[in-house]
Formats: sequence, structure tokens, C-alpha cells
Amino acid sequence: MLIMPGGYVPIDYLPVLIFMVIASAFGLGALLVGSIFRPRRPYPEKLMPYESGNPPVGEPRYRFSIKFYIIAMLFVVFDVETVFLYPWAVVFDKIGLYAFVEMMIFIAILLVGYVYAWKKEAFKWD
Amino acid sequence: MLPQVLFLYFAFAIVALSLAVITRKNPVHSVIFMLVLFFHIAALYLTLNAEFLAAIQIIVYAGAILVLFLFVVLMLNLKEEVTEHRYISLWAVGVLLSIAISAIFLMTLSSIPLGAKGVFSPDVIASETHTVALGKLLYTEFLYPFEIASVILLVAIVGAVVLAKKRLKS
Repeated sequence: MLIMPGGYVPIDYLPVLIFMVIASAFGLGALLVGSIFRPRRPYPEKLMPYESGNPPVGEPRYRFSIKFYIIAMLFVVFDVETVFLYPWAVVFDKIGLYAFVEMMIFIAILLVGYVYAWKKEAFKWD
Repeated sequence: MLPQVLFLYFAFAIVALSLAVITRKNPVHSVIFMLVLFFHIAALYLTLNAEFLAAIQIIVYAGAILVLFLFVVLMLNLKEEVTEHRYISLWAVGVLLSIAISAIFLMTLSSIPLGAKGVFSPDVIASETHTVALGKLLYTEFLYPFEIASVILLVAIVGAVVLAKKRLKS
């Protein structure tokens, strides 16, 4: 038994689709037109990675600092927190004070984590 | 006709992009394919009239979690894995396992009871909009899980700080 979705076409999002198609076509088209019209005369110096005119030194890949990880992780957490605010803001006038109090509790709990991260100097770069 | 065509396009694109994610040798390419994959999943949610889920798919998955993936890829500094042959020679075991898992999925799918239709039919969602319908339920009936979500997020903050800061000291 296959579960097929209902017959719904998100026609309101047609402009978004057109926008994405034009944006991708613009990017890909620029690369394509460039590759068609530019002269192709490669030599070793030209194919070298450009580092301000100096010969490249060292490995191109190196290990990134763990500091990036903690920033990304905190961003994910507070991004999810913000996501909960969108439907809350939409239905706020229908629920009223009850919704306000529960969101304040929600934010207060996360504020504990924010203060913890702040006191642990997670936001300091060095 | 058009809804089925849309669904089939997104279903096949999602499977193809998932395969691309796991077969690329360069992990950064995998992450880029995953970005396209997330956009397709968001569009699939739109065909189910779940606009809020689609927005979340873009904001949280494409926006935040993918950045996390990218940072982890850059942090692991995969130099050897990029050139190494990754698939083990025990492909028979892999085929057997995937057939078994597919069988379990199919059996589960065929035994899901499609209960009586709920309050939120496509027409109700269309007239009320998905975000409003979700918000009304989430902040009244599902208040307790919602507050638990904040505690889970708190655990994530504390975990990230403990792990990363400990590594810095040594």
C-alpha cells in the first residue's frame, strides 16, 4: 500500500520557484557564457592557485578551530528558539496572556543556558 | 495530475540527491548536495500545505544545521578519506542489510492503520493557514512538550560549551 499525498499544488509559491529558477539560471548562465567566449590558453603559472602573486605555501586544507563548532552549535540552538517565536507571534492575539507567560518561561529556561555560555566565555574568541 | 507529477519529481530528486550526498568523495560537495536536498524537502512540505515546516526546513536545516555540518567537515580535516576507497568489500552484507531494512519499512508502512479523519483536513488548513493551526495547538494543548523543548535546547547549549571549552584548555 502506497501513501500518496493529497492533491494540493502550492500555487502561492510559484513566484518563489520563478525567482529560484532565474537566480540559478543567472549564475549558471554567467559561467556557461564565460566558458564559451573566453580564450583557452593555459600554462602552469596561470593554473597555479592565486595567492597575491606569491607561490602558494603549505597545505590548502588545514584543521579548523573547535571555536567554530561552538559558535555553530549555539547558533543552531538559538535559531530553533527563534523558530518557536514565529507561530507564537502569529497566534498571540488569539491566546493572550497565557501565551505570553508560557513563552517567558520558555525564554527564561534558555536564558539560563545563555548566561552559562556567557560566563564560560563561549562567546569570547581567544 | 499536477500534484502527482510534483510529488514524483520531488520524491525522485530527494532519493537521487541523498545518493549524491553519500557517494561524493569530497565531503564539502556532499554538504552542497545536502543543501539542494533540504530545499527539495522544503518544497515537498509545501505540496502537503505545510508552509511552516517548509520555512523551518530552510531556516533551521539549510540555515543552521548545514553550517554545523560544514564546520564539522572542516574541523575533521579529511585529507586521507577524500582519496581513499571508502566502500568496504563486504557488499553482500550491505545488500542483505538494506533488503532487510526495506522489508521492515514496507511491513511497517502497510500496517499503519489510517484512522478516522481528524479536525485538520486540507480545507481547514488552507483556510486557517498552517502556521496559525500549528500555533494554536502548540501553545495550548501541547504546552508541556513545548516547554520540554526549551530544556532539551538548554542541554544542547551546556553540552556544546562543556565539550568545546574542555578541548580548548588542554
